[in-house]
Amino acid sequence: MAQAATTHHPEEHPTNTGLDNRKLAMWAFLGSECLFFGTFISTYLVYRNQSIVGPYPSDVIDVPVTTVSTFVLLMSSFMMVMTLYSIRRGDNRGFRVWVLGTALLGSVFLGFQVFEFREFYIHYGLSPTTNLFGTSFFILTGFHGAHVTGGVIWLVSLFGQNLNGSLTQKDSLRVEIAGLYWHFVDIVWIIIFTLVYLLGANDGPVGAEASEGHAMFSNLVSQVPLI
Amino acid sequence: MQDDALKTADQPAHSPQEEGHHPTVRAYIIIALILGVITLIEFGVFYLEFNRILFILVFIVLSGVKFAIVIMYYMHLKFDDILFSRLFLGGLAIAAAALFALLALFQILGA
Repeated sequence: MAQAATTHHPEEHPTNTGLDNRKLAMWAFLGSECLFFGTFISTYLVYRNQSIVGPYPSDVIDVPVTTVSTFVLLMSSFMMVMTLYSIRRGDNRGFRVWVLGTALLGSVFLGFQVFEFREFYIHYGLSPTTNLFGTSFFILTGFHGAHVTGGVIWLVSLFGQNLNGSLTQKDSLRVEIAGLYWHFVDIVWIIIFTLVYLLGANDGPVGAEASEGHAMFSNLVSQVPLI
Repeated sequence: MQDDALKTADQPAHSPQEEGHHPTVRAYIIIALILGVITLIEFGVFYLEFNRILFILVFIVLSGVKFAIVIMYYMHLKFDDILFSRLFLGGLAIAAAALFALLALFQILGA
């Protein structure tokens, strides 16, 4: 056994499942990330239409602009699969072009998000502390943006590793794992785009009569003892 | 010996046989086009005025299709080991259950 272990490549690990532990860990991580974003999405939906002061989604949300940024992120996913395709075939030049393209489109998406946040704040005065919509919206989309930022940094680091020769065809699993992360932030955005933008763009203030959900929430909060 | 049952992780991950099951470049391009077209349809539907329930259903179905396409073909879940699907879809199912439980608790679903 000890002899066999020494003959393995440092990145090869014998496992009971026959699956690479790094890839298994990434899928487990992505499963946990579903819960992470699930809580923020749930919170956004629970607080939907509950803001008692503006601005409201119907005042600020710009669906055409967000459709473009959504399209950009979807195309970055296409570039990511081409990145993996290239490195698996030992095409370093192709890998560098596609990985930089993916990072570039990710950066363009982030640019759209910065533009949107800036517009919301400067033109409409919406910040995370303005109302329930501001709090839940900025937390949800902000954490997603932070994930995209992490992904862009990861992709650029892969590009650098390939340049200095420490990432080659035999290391394609590392690119695949980065790709899984990248596609995950894409699918999270697919959900956010639908729930927050397409279905929530016309949301307004809380009605004259508070919804049953809001009344129930208020009731619950009133029963929490003050510390 | 248990050691004999251990397999080398890198072998199944990128064997040529398994690669053969992954989509081709042409398939990746077609998938990208489908994703783009669905996004355009969503944009168009947004400006249509019809029944609210139908409106919600259309968006949920379209985004569900995009979600499924990305995880199956771009994330290769359709071609990879079932354990990966279980790990991811397990987390997704718990998240969905928590979401519906919260919506039911706050009576959002019936509002």
